[in-house]
Amino acid sequence: MTASVSIKLTVNGETVTADVPPRMHLADFLRERLSLTGTHIGCEHGVCGACTVRLDGDIVRGCLVLAVQANGAAVETVEGVSDSGEIADLQEAFRQRNALQCGYCTPGMLLTAQELLAREETPDRETIREHMSGNYCRCTGYQAIVDAVETTARARAAART
Amino acid sequence: MNEHNPLTALDRPNSYIGRALPRPNLTRLLQGRGQYVSDMSLPRMAHVAFVRSPYAHARINGIDATEAKAMPGVVAVVTGKELAEVCTPWVGVLSHLKGLKSAPQHAIAVDRACWQGEAVCAVIAETRAAAEDAAERVMVDYEELEPVTDMMTALDSETPLIHPELGDNLAFERNLDVGEVDKAFAEADAVVEAEFVFGRHTGVTLEPRAVIGDWNPGEERLTVYQGTQAPHMMQNIIAKHLGLEEAQVRVVCKDVGGSFGIKVHVYPDEMAVVALSKLLRRPVKYVADRIESFNTDIHARDHRCKAKIAVKADGLITGFAIDDVTGIGPYSMYPRTSAIEANQVVNLVGGQYTNQNYRARTRVVFQNKNVTCQYRAVGHPIACSITEGLVDLAAREIGMDPAAMRRRNLIPDDAYPCAAASGLKFESLSHHASLDKLLSMMDYDGLRAEQAELRKRGIYRGIGLATFIEVTNPSAAFYGVGGARISSQDGVAIRLEATGRIIVQTSITEQGQGSEAITAQVAAHALGVPMERVRVILGDTDNTPYGGGTWASRAAGIGGEAAWQAGKALRTNILAVAASILQADADALDIVDAKVVDKGTDVERMPLEEVARIAYFRPDTLPPGFQPELMAVRHFVPREYPFAFTNGIQASWLEVDPDTGFVTLLKHWCVEDCGTIINPQLVDEQIRGGIVQGIGPALYEHCLYDERGQLTNASMADYLVPMASEMPDIEVGHVVSPTMESELGAKGAGEAGTAGAPAAVVNAVNDALAPFDVRIVEIPMTPEVILRALGKI
Ligand code: FES
Ligand code: FES
Repeated sequence: MTASVSIKLTVNGETVTADVPPRMHLADFLRERLSLTGTHIGCEHGVCGACTVRLDGDIVRGCLVLAVQANGAAVETVEGVSDSGEIADLQEAFRQRNALQCGYCTPGMLLTAQELLAREETPDRETIREHMSGNYCRCTGYQAIVDAVETTARARAAART
Repeated sequence: MNEHNPLTALDRPNSYIGRALPRPNLTRLLQGRGQYVSDMSLPRMAHVAFVRSPYAHARINGIDATEAKAMPGVVAVVTGKELAEVCTPWVGVLSHLKGLKSAPQHAIAVDRACWQGEAVCAVIAETRAAAEDAAERVMVDYEELEPVTDMMTALDSETPLIHPELGDNLAFERNLDVGEVDKAFAEADAVVEAEFVFGRHTGVTLEPRAVIGDWNPGEERLTVYQGTQAPHMMQNIIAKHLGLEEAQVRVVCKDVGGSFGIKVHVYPDEMAVVALSKLLRRPVKYVADRIESFNTDIHARDHRCKAKIAVKADGLITGFAIDDVTGIGPYSMYPRTSAIEANQVVNLVGGQYTNQNYRARTRVVFQNKNVTCQYRAVGHPIACSITEGLVDLAAREIGMDPAAMRRRNLIPDDAYPCAAASGLKFESLSHHASLDKLLSMMDYDGLRAEQAELRKRGIYRGIGLATFIEVTNPSAAFYGVGGARISSQDGVAIRLEATGRIIVQTSITEQGQGSEAITAQVAAHALGVPMERVRVILGDTDNTPYGGGTWASRAAGIGGEAAWQAGKALRTNILAVAASILQADADALDIVDAKVVDKGTDVERMPLEEVARIAYFRPDTLPPGFQPELMAVRHFVPREYPFAFTNGIQASWLEVDPDTGFVTLLKHWCVEDCGTIINPQLVDEQIRGGIVQGIGPALYEHCLYDERGQLTNASMADYLVPMASEMPDIEVGHVVSPTMESELGAKGAGEAGTAGAPAAVVNAVNDALAPFDVRIVEIPMTPEVILRALGKI
């Protein structure tokens, strides 16, 4: 087996150092080494979006990024953005609208929605649906998720004016 | 409320029943702080990777694990033969499905693999990665055998037998002949025939199947953490096949990342994992990867059905006849069997209509593909697509509007109780009220006008209607009568804690439907306490009453009623304690907002925490001989009707591009009747999620096998599921006909969406393409299928 590689990164603001096998992907690293199990694994081939995390501010698929590639980077997971309060309103909208059933897609959905909301002030439903299309949900049929994102966008826009 | 209609028990203060409240404990999942089995880790836990057969059918002549065992981190390599010493095989039959047969199935194949993906060897190592590395070094000497893949030729005499000892490849056959079918067809003004094709598809739960077996040799007890819908069923089966007492097995079910019927079955590889834990005397974990999910999670449907309908010129349906074949893989799945879906198709076809002439045959055949079994809406989408497909074709044939055709034939709303031609008993349905409501919600006439207008401009839009019935709240008639130890009753234990809080333990389980929420709503409502005071415990055979779990749309109707009855019983008990403290008449007291009050005036007498304090810490102050009982247990199962049928109707509005074969879904409507609605938001979301799970197989989802029995699209990139951008907004409406079997009156709602959506979408596509005079009776309706029907390819 190939020797482990030392990496140093920040995860949710904390500095982390670790020796990892070169083939270990970031989602496994977060889940298995740091016990941050909010980053889920649905396919491990970059399709479902359950493993979505932020890497230096951009959302990525944790199963398509190797842990070694995150060396020196800042990683944020659903646990981090929950604790910082950054998406508290979005989470509350999801809760009120029952935009999650089993909750397995939810961390990825939240991070993906937050990216859209940061970019566009009041996206219409079609834009929301388009943007969320890389994240699979097998439970909800998506409408409640679209509603919750739309509600949050409107509330944020109203708060800005 | 007027005095002729006094307040019922359901109209008390703290009225939570009927309210769209958010589910408790969602915050945990919203923060990524749930605990799915795939998240769990135990001390000294080892991981399994399975070596799986690359062939659909092969003899295993030998397994050489020498190299694999020498790999770093490997704990053990265990073959099927070795595992059979610890885990006995099973046969997936039920005695009430007469003639159903299957062959003994092992947790790991012993000398023959019968489908591509069947486990033939287990490698256990310190990490999953190490186990997978070693699995690649296991040398299996396979001798490929001729696979049986085409279900249509599986019964031919020249086709090899998958299990020679069974005599043929026929697992089950059922015939039904009711009324005067030949006469009806002979005297019909029109007869329409079609051969309906339903592709195989699967559940694609976002969290794959996951299990941890934790055998503690010191306690001689096995704790199983499993994403399952039926913990008590699993406890029984694990104990039985591992040679343990049920008391030695505890099944714990934490958060489950989607289930839909996929996780209610006994999977051989999961049985292997718990057996390996016992064998290796340490915790062992297995999580299916996505390829394994596609190859081994149960598949569903895979039916081909010749069907015909007889009608009179005025639209009256006078006969249905079907001849159905389904391929179920090499074994009937354990313990629910793989014959139920076909059986349901026979039961359900035409069940919404008055017609009483019906002939049906179904044949369930073995083949060397992955097993099929019960997945959301078992049989319903097939029966509904056949029925509603035929009705639309017949309407077209006689030149009648599809909505009028349905109105002519649906069982009248005042005809209940009554029975379908197949013998299904209906307590109270509302087809006509539902149809009327749907047509007005969607502005049917307006849409028809719009459709005609657009057609002139070369835009092809279609409307598809699909009425349906849904089996919910199953009694013992489903499995219990067939000898399976699958409970049809559920139990709830409820108690008042010393601090005035309420603990509810229920035998139903949660996979995201909202079982916990409706249990809390019903319990809080029955007791008269704020919902925040109620904590619900479920999914643990050590800590809940015995019961069935959550499947077949039964949790709210059966578990909900048990919670209602338990809540009422505890309320009576609490009032008895309060009455003895207050030296009052219990009948003159009530509980409102967690306080004992004078009935009628709501004047506070004492808070519940004070009742609890005295009962638990100062019972010496109570009258001699009085024993407070601040816990109550109640169980419930429907007894009068085998199933509580629900009904409804869906409509799809879509556009087809005749040049590309692409379908754009524009809007979908559903009106359904699940009786009393405990939480409207949760019901609506079950309907919406179910509809999308029905649209998936109508347009995209398909397990594609080649003629050698190889699944060719076992990845999420190749097996298409609905995505947000393709799905329409879905409007949901309700008609409410409570069941009289329970006080709550709730029926199930989990499968209605999936039951009717494919038929609505297929009918809408055919309606859109009516000017081209095509008819499509095959799903998934891929662009290729549509272009072929249009004669463009
Ligand atoms: S697990 Fe990474 S995209 Fe599915
Ligand atoms: S809530 Fe279950 S996958 Fe989205």
